[in-house]
Amino acid sequence: MRERLNRLALNIVAALVAAVFAGAITSVILLVRGDSPTFVISQMWDYGTTASTELTIVNGATVYYLSAVAVAIGFRMNLFNIGVDGQYRFAACLAGAFAGSVALPTGLRQVATILVAMLAGAAWAGIVALLKVTRGVSEVIGTIMLNFIATSLIAYLMRPSIFGNRFGNDVTTKPIPKSGQVGGLDLIPNSGGKVYGLILLAVGVGVAFHVVVNYTRFGFDLRAAGRSASAAQASGVNVKRMTAVTLVISGAVAGLVGMPALLGASHSYSSITFQTGLGFTGIAIALLGRNHPVGIAFAALLWSFLDNSATILDLNNIPKEIVQITQGVVVLSVVIAYELVRRFALARQQRVVGRALALPSGPVAERAAV
Amino acid sequence: MTVIGDNAATPAGGLTAGSVPARGRRLDLRYAVFFAIAGLLLLSLVRVITKANDLTSGGTVAATISLAIPIGLAGLGGLWSERSGVVNIGLEGMMILGTFFGADFAYFSHSPWMGVVGGIVGGVIGGALHALATVTFGVDQIISGVAITILATGLARYLAGVFFTGQQGGGPTQSPSIPRFSQLDIPGANTFFDKLERHHWFVVSDVAGILRAITTTLTPFTILMILLFPASWFLLWRTSFGLRLRACGENPDEAEALGVPVHLMKYVAVLVSGALAGLGGAFLADFAGIYREGQTGGRGFIGLAAMIFGNWRPGGLAAGAGLFGYTDALQLRQGSTSVHALLLLVGFGLALFAAYQAWRRKVVPAVGSVIGAALVFVWYSVTNDVPIEFVPATPYIITLLVLAFASQRLRMPAADGIPWRKGQGS
Repeated sequence: MRERLNRLALNIVAALVAAVFAGAITSVILLVRGDSPTFVISQMWDYGTTASTELTIVNGATVYYLSAVAVAIGFRMNLFNIGVDGQYRFAACLAGAFAGSVALPTGLRQVATILVAMLAGAAWAGIVALLKVTRGVSEVIGTIMLNFIATSLIAYLMRPSIFGNRFGNDVTTKPIPKSGQVGGLDLIPNSGGKVYGLILLAVGVGVAFHVVVNYTRFGFDLRAAGRSASAAQASGVNVKRMTAVTLVISGAVAGLVGMPALLGASHSYSSITFQTGLGFTGIAIALLGRNHPVGIAFAALLWSFLDNSATILDLNNIPKEIVQITQGVVVLSVVIAYELVRRFALARQQRVVGRALALPSGPVAERAAV
Repeated sequence: MTVIGDNAATPAGGLTAGSVPARGRRLDLRYAVFFAIAGLLLLSLVRVITKANDLTSGGTVAATISLAIPIGLAGLGGLWSERSGVVNIGLEGMMILGTFFGADFAYFSHSPWMGVVGGIVGGVIGGALHALATVTFGVDQIISGVAITILATGLARYLAGVFFTGQQGGGPTQSPSIPRFSQLDIPGANTFFDKLERHHWFVVSDVAGILRAITTTLTPFTILMILLFPASWFLLWRTSFGLRLRACGENPDEAEALGVPVHLMKYVAVLVSGALAGLGGAFLADFAGIYREGQTGGRGFIGLAAMIFGNWRPGGLAAGAGLFGYTDALQLRQGSTSVHALLLLVGFGLALFAAYQAWRRKVVPAVGSVIGAALVFVWYSVTNDVPIEFVPATPYIITLLVLAFASQRLRMPAADGIPWRKGQGS
């Protein structure tokens, strides 16, 4: 227990150090151009704590959270699902077309739409899983390639003869009628809008992720295979099966990424609303949150806060892209900090074990001396 | 250093059993020439049959050269890095920095040559970060690569906002138009080859198209970049420096034991990798005459794909880049018709492959190829064009197919992607 608390404290310190470092780098860059970092921070804080910005922050974080959990599921088994981007867009496209055209009773329609999205995401990730398990193709390359293939496939599916409908400059799927939408929650007063109803889905996914990984046999196998595939295999875990299942589950969760916006805001799929890049953001947030459901939630909120509160900077003639530098630096420095903490903890563990084994007498000491 | 084998096909120290036996260099060259000529003949035949004259027109070939170079440079960057054992999926980010710094330097110095320098500077910044994270701190290489791409995207956007806002035609998402390299012009060549091309003769017009493209599109930048391929090959495979660098990618422990400064070698490789990817970015900016946000369009990743397609070798990588550049170029030139015509080429290729496999008495591949060829011919005859949306996906599909079905022939550096720390050899 004490060891675990120590670890936790170390990790939090590491994250804080990385955040301070990123803040320092950002400040230097601001100062070079002659902007005042304190002014920038106070502007962003003031704007970010208004009710309407808080709303966009929470809604943005919901989407980021799902994307990051999808990535984290793979990370827990040492699998890199860089394909969340393709999986989520493919799933949103199919689910949008489904919800727009299949008339089911309210309730069932929403559930079916979400299921379609999960299946589509799982299927798209399933290609990578199949290639990895049967042909040994690295999931990193496989998912990167499939991201681009998804772009082409979606462009094809959005032809007017298939799913597409022209609306001005945009091509969208058929709009989802009221009975197929998911309403919002009035969580933030005076914000002039509603929080995505599917924020509850995101919370549910987070809880399920935590329970499955930490309290089930499957989760144990997953973590074991992630630590050492050969050791897990030797102790009876079917690593190939675990790899395939993990990638498919990760894809299914990735399929959910587009759902809050599809069912709660845009009510139709278009490649303009559902842009590329969310998958990459998910990777960054998963890393920042150490693949932990609570850590990811904080990371998603932080990321979304930076994204949304920075829009005020443009009005003050400061390029708002400065926060993207902060985000990039924070990710890079946080992974370095975590790695240093890991090394430090490992060294300390070795010292503790060494001391425990270096008893003055007894068989262990004798054997060690040989 | 003589302990380590001097051929790429032999892993350092000969530790890995069952490696591919070394094939002679001259044989490889003969194969390449054979395939090039056979490919050209087939392509010409297809063009004559289908009348899809843009398949080998000067315009298409010119676009191929210009589009293949950035892909090839990114791939070459991947090659340097991965040969030293560091996976680099931050190539895309380094390329983005290259586009920005290339355009920035070229614009403010009024010289395209400074754009080249800028590309190197931008790429090296990305490479240095990657080297610091992966070599010094031992961070997972994929993670570092992703983080660098995120950082580079933000950095380029911010700096573009700072430097290009207020310049004529410039803003946060694009630069003003920048000075470009001018094309080397050989007097008379253009009209002469153009005339030949217009006859649409078998083979002759195709060669004329290629020569027209070469004589009219080359700039000093293009030539320099093309020379980087043989130069990289020479440095990595014909010098003791290259041998040491590759040894770090095959077996860093053994390399260290033999006195190779592994960390230094990896640093050099990753920095060169960044510089090459950055040059690819600068080339894109020079080609377009402008920096634009999102200009790289995933070419860093296509470069990675080309490198895998090319089996971690410069020659194969160049072939892959050429192929991917060609599919890119076809999109611009009558995409659907041209690609539809290419189906016929794929069919012929598969049929020939089937005959070759039958001659070798390999029943399964022969039958498989025959079925494949038949399917492609059916597809060709029942359709009039190929959905243009799928044309850009060609490089990615090819890469996946190569990985799935030819992975026995692929051999990546043995210690590629594994973090290595001094003094922790097993």
